[in-house]
Amino acid sequence: METITKNSALNIQRLRQNFPSLSQKVKGKPLVYLGSGATAQKPKQVMDAISNYYQTQNANIHRGVHQLSIEITVAYENALATVQKYLNATLSQEIIFTSCTTESINLVANSFGEKYVKSADEIIIGEMEHHRNLLPWQIRCEEKDAVLKVSTKNNKEELFIDEYKILLASKTKNVAVTHVSNTVGTINPVKEITALAHKKNIPVLVDSLQAVPHMKVDVQALDADYFCFSGHKLFGPTGVGVLYGKEKWLNELPPYKVGGCTVKTIAFEKTEYAELPFKFEAGTPHIEGGIGVGAAINYVNDIGLENFGAYEYELLEYATAKLSVIEGLRILGTAKEKASIISFVIEGVHPLDIATILDKQEIAVRTGHHCTQPLMEHFGIPGTIRVSLVFFNTIEEIDVLVNGIQKAIKMLR
Amino acid sequence: MRIAEIENEIVEEFELFGDDWEGKYEHLIDLGKHLPLIDKQYKTDDRLIKGCQSKVWLHAELKDEKIVFTADSDAIFTKGIVALMIRVLSGHTADEILNAQLKFINETGLIEHLSPTRSNGLLSMIKQMKLDAFAYKNIPIRTNYKLN
Repeated sequence: METITKNSALNIQRLRQNFPSLSQKVKGKPLVYLGSGATAQKPKQVMDAISNYYQTQNANIHRGVHQLSIEITVAYENALATVQKYLNATLSQEIIFTSCTTESINLVANSFGEKYVKSADEIIIGEMEHHRNLLPWQIRCEEKDAVLKVSTKNNKEELFIDEYKILLASKTKNVAVTHVSNTVGTINPVKEITALAHKKNIPVLVDSLQAVPHMKVDVQALDADYFCFSGHKLFGPTGVGVLYGKEKWLNELPPYKVGGCTVKTIAFEKTEYAELPFKFEAGTPHIEGGIGVGAAINYVNDIGLENFGAYEYELLEYATAKLSVIEGLRILGTAKEKASIISFVIEGVHPLDIATILDKQEIAVRTGHHCTQPLMEHFGIPGTIRVSLVFFNTIEEIDVLVNGIQKAIKMLR
Repeated sequence: MRIAEIENEIVEEFELFGDDWEGKYEHLIDLGKHLPLIDKQYKTDDRLIKGCQSKVWLHAELKDEKIVFTADSDAIFTKGIVALMIRVLSGHTADEILNAQLKFINETGLIEHLSPTRSNGLLSMIKQMKLDAFAYKNIPIRTNYKLN
């Protein structure tokens, strides 16, 4: 274990230099960024790509015959192809850029729900969903008089996979599940869930937002019917999300937003909508966002994100061990399969108070209910402190965190 | 003491700490621990202030034509901030409260230390305290008759 740390230390320090924001000092103290679960810091490569777009490539895509428009159209299509390859999707038209994961899920819940969900049908979500993978389905169920079913979990925060065998019924129209819990870090057995659902020809939407910064993902291996994430969690820019959908499903779905290039033929009497992916591309897209996501994926490909799994696991183990010995500290979520996300509460002190004092020590964590209020209700707590560790974090930063928490407790009690 | 005088007193109190954030924070925590607590019967959902990331219950009542505030929160920094607000506004007439400038919030520099969610919570708190004052201002003093 120790040898991994020593060998990776040099490598990590070199990688950190790619992230300008990580080298800033506030009041002489280096920033300890443990908030990647909220949004990741960006490497210079992503910033350069976006800056380059504005300096040399700025034109609208799919609109003009002039050189700039052609060049940026090619660059934008390349970015989509980069996402396709990264996710191991079969076809480029299976990748749709949206504004964020929330919009990706809303698109599916609206379009799929509109067409396929009827009265008394059922949609299954998991107990640890982020509100974005709960509310769009709940609204759809309310509108259609359908039933929202919730698969439960054990006290380690692991879904009962066998429960799906009971929940998946003839009335089930769709399953939506989070790949990695944003609150407790559990890596859900998505592959097993899709296998069970597909036995009954039920599609599965995988909300992979919190998985992408931690692991290489493969939509074919997972056999996801829909797969969503946002660029900003994968070291890319905000404002752009990805929706992957199997071609057979996306072909079936009606457009979610309409306008501009979404049509094949249009008349006041009747409109025929365009093929994939254009029917989902209403309006001028977030061009530099798409370019930025492409650059972010090139970056994680270059560093080989998949090589950092062991290192992140080491950080997780180290942090878990160090935090566990703090008196009154309770970690929520002890799943066997867990990403490097740690949520905890400390007896007798409000998470917000801890975070306020950590902030003064330049330690950035996230507090609150993390948009998983049903989970907070289940734990009977107002919120947690969440630490997310990614490949650029270090053992030293965890030590700074632990000291910071101890100082906060001393001040507060 | 007039509201403006209390405000000045608080500003001077916090100036003593200079750049020492720990001192400032410890003082705020200490103030929070001595907050005039709300009576349990008033700790109800309808007295929760919206816009706060932590829970804040605020109760206002009229005593000798002056408004007395009591409160509670589940977070200690919030309690400290509420304690300051109560120290400034509690025990004054509705008009005095409605006319309070509350310059101390900017002058203590506390606002810079608060996250935007906290600042919003503070604004909601001020709004509620002024609304309470407004409500009492419009209530006739003799209200001891029963409504059906």
